[in-house]
Amino acid sequence: MSDAAPTPRHRPRPVVVPMTPSRLEVPSQPGDVEQLEAVEQLEDTTSTTSGGVEDGLEDVVDALVDVLRATARLAGLSGEQLEEQVAATLGFLTRRVSGDYEVDLFGFDADFTEHVYLPLVRPLYRRWFRVDVTGIEHIPAEGGALIVSNHSGTMPWDSLMTLVAVHDEHPQRRHLRMLGADLVFRTPILADLSRKVGTTVAATYDAEQLLGRGEIVGVWPEGFKGVGKPFSERYRLQRFGRGGFVSAALRAGVPIIPCSVVGAEEIHPMLGNAGAIAKLLGFPYFPLTPTFPWLGLLGAVPLPTKWTIEFGAPIPTDGYPQGAAEDPMLVMDLTDQVRETIQQTLHQMLMRRRSVFLG
Amino acid sequence: MANVVLVTGVSRLLGGLVARELARREDVGRVIGIDVVPPRRDLSPMEFVRADIRNPVIAKIVDRYGVDTVVHAGVIATPVAAGGRSSQKEINVIGTMQLLAACQKSETVQRLVVKSTGAIYGAAAADPAAFVETHAPTRHPEVGFARDSIEVEGYVRGLARRRPDLEVSVLRLANVVGPTISTALTDYFSLPVLPVPLGYDGRLQFLHEQDAVASIVHAAVGDRAQIVGVTNVAGDGVITVAQAGRFVRRPLLPVPLGSEGLWVRGYHLSGMAELHSGTFKQLAYGRVLDTDRMRTVLGFEPRWTTREAFRSFAATAGLTLPGVDLAGSGLRRLRTTTSAMGLGSDVTTTPGGRG
Repeated sequence: MSDAAPTPRHRPRPVVVPMTPSRLEVPSQPGDVEQLEAVEQLEDTTSTTSGGVEDGLEDVVDALVDVLRATARLAGLSGEQLEEQVAATLGFLTRRVSGDYEVDLFGFDADFTEHVYLPLVRPLYRRWFRVDVTGIEHIPAEGGALIVSNHSGTMPWDSLMTLVAVHDEHPQRRHLRMLGADLVFRTPILADLSRKVGTTVAATYDAEQLLGRGEIVGVWPEGFKGVGKPFSERYRLQRFGRGGFVSAALRAGVPIIPCSVVGAEEIHPMLGNAGAIAKLLGFPYFPLTPTFPWLGLLGAVPLPTKWTIEFGAPIPTDGYPQGAAEDPMLVMDLTDQVRETIQQTLHQMLMRRRSVFLG
Repeated sequence: MANVVLVTGVSRLLGGLVARELARREDVGRVIGIDVVPPRRDLSPMEFVRADIRNPVIAKIVDRYGVDTVVHAGVIATPVAAGGRSSQKEINVIGTMQLLAACQKSETVQRLVVKSTGAIYGAAAADPAAFVETHAPTRHPEVGFARDSIEVEGYVRGLARRRPDLEVSVLRLANVVGPTISTALTDYFSLPVLPVPLGYDGRLQFLHEQDAVASIVHAAVGDRAQIVGVTNVAGDGVITVAQAGRFVRRPLLPVPLGSEGLWVRGYHLSGMAELHSGTFKQLAYGRVLDTDRMRTVLGFEPRWTTREAFRSFAATAGLTLPGVDLAGSGLRRLRTTTSAMGLGSDVTTTPGGRG
């Protein structure tokens, strides 16, 4: 098998193609070119995965393709689209079952994000919150940038929607790499999911590595103070941490893009905070909203407010002298500038808004 | 340079391979291998000297042979290998102290290479995605081996301070895997069912056993400017626990993170595997070493990536998943039927496909 042999790092992975007897026995059937193209797509994905996958597993998948196809034919279905769908789904499943997908240093799994996660949250983005996005052109086509956004809503739906916005609205379909609190990575399931969709710990190392690799990085400097603020303080920005994000951007020399989200602050109007329960459960707060926890899980459904996400003009950070990241005065100034920009944009957007639910 | 090399821990896999590799090199004169038990495999042309590094006699050996390079590969990772935790700790800590004392007194020793471990960083939710060498060791190491290694590194730093003329190189290796080596983690991945922390999918990073040997040899014979200092050594890339489970074809059994103690004790009592307590934290939060310094300063390139290294272990791990093979043969029969009925399309005729 190819994996036992040492291969130099940058050489393309060898494609080892095991040939199973069952495949040889099947007589060749020429024709049906359209179908074969779809099959070829699948074959591409499966054959590159076959490095160490053994016959049993491949046979399962191959057989599954045939059975699906046969079922489709029996049901009177045919055509390219069906084949493509079958091929794409099976390709994804094959990669999952064989483990042949890549995660990067931070645990980001692009395959999972694109094929499972985004399709799951997209309906929420399009139909529930009906997100409007402006200023997507401020996100560069390539190279790093730091998106700094307001944080609100009791549950951090705003970061998820910003992730969809950056991916779906940007012509280059870029992935937003988010920085999260360590509570996220301590919490089972949330920890796993967050890493897979591109979140990592808000540590200096992570921010600098991501920006240095030319990624779009998202931070919510208000943190829990922002998400868990009472309804009465909606659209009032909380303290912006210690400006660590500004130092990271300065060191990497990437622009800071202020991002203002309107609509998220009303999805779970937080009227009270059950501090004792929060302490017991180890949460930073335990929200009491008009519906939660009174209606149980149903009360945790966010209100269908109409959202607008505005990406502002980039604030450049590359014009400063060497060592600017270590100048606390400059870092604080820039932090304030970013905060003020977002706060003012929020006010302007709120002035334009007619209705919470209709926009 | 490297006229007489002393290697500790040669009866164990890595130490032995390092000694043999050094002994076979033309730019290395003699290689003296020491351990408390004779090595089982043939390590010639290395010369074996039976000695206990916990004993001051080690200083006499260093003197008698005129050792100029000391490779300390004798820090033991599993209590079983040392015959219990207390003896493991004694070999690791007291042994290192004696060895370093000998180095400090010696007039011939010029270089010291210490095999350490990435385990000293621990694994926690708040940790950065990867550890750089300047990251402080974890304050609460759960694994005895990690605790010992932190102490060992402390003594090595002390020696480097007292003898600034010595060239001291500390290599922090990622988890070593390969076809032959046996560690707590290879034991774990050889279990028929893998208990994994529920709701986590930690990132794992591996170093192939031959790369581990090559990196230590590199530090023993390399240029002074390259080798001095602490360096992480690991294969490229990461794989997740779920992927690793797929590669060894074992089903994963998600269990609460807090239940680790039960599993460690259970497997110990049943004799199936010797797991480290603390393994679950690594499986949950992941531990990745930043290898920038390895490339830019040490000038070492592993030949195996993390994935390749693990798969070379997985290929020998053997045992297959019964379910998959059963389902495979069942579906194959079904497919033969469907294609005989003229319903299934033929996968093998795909142009550019396999074959």
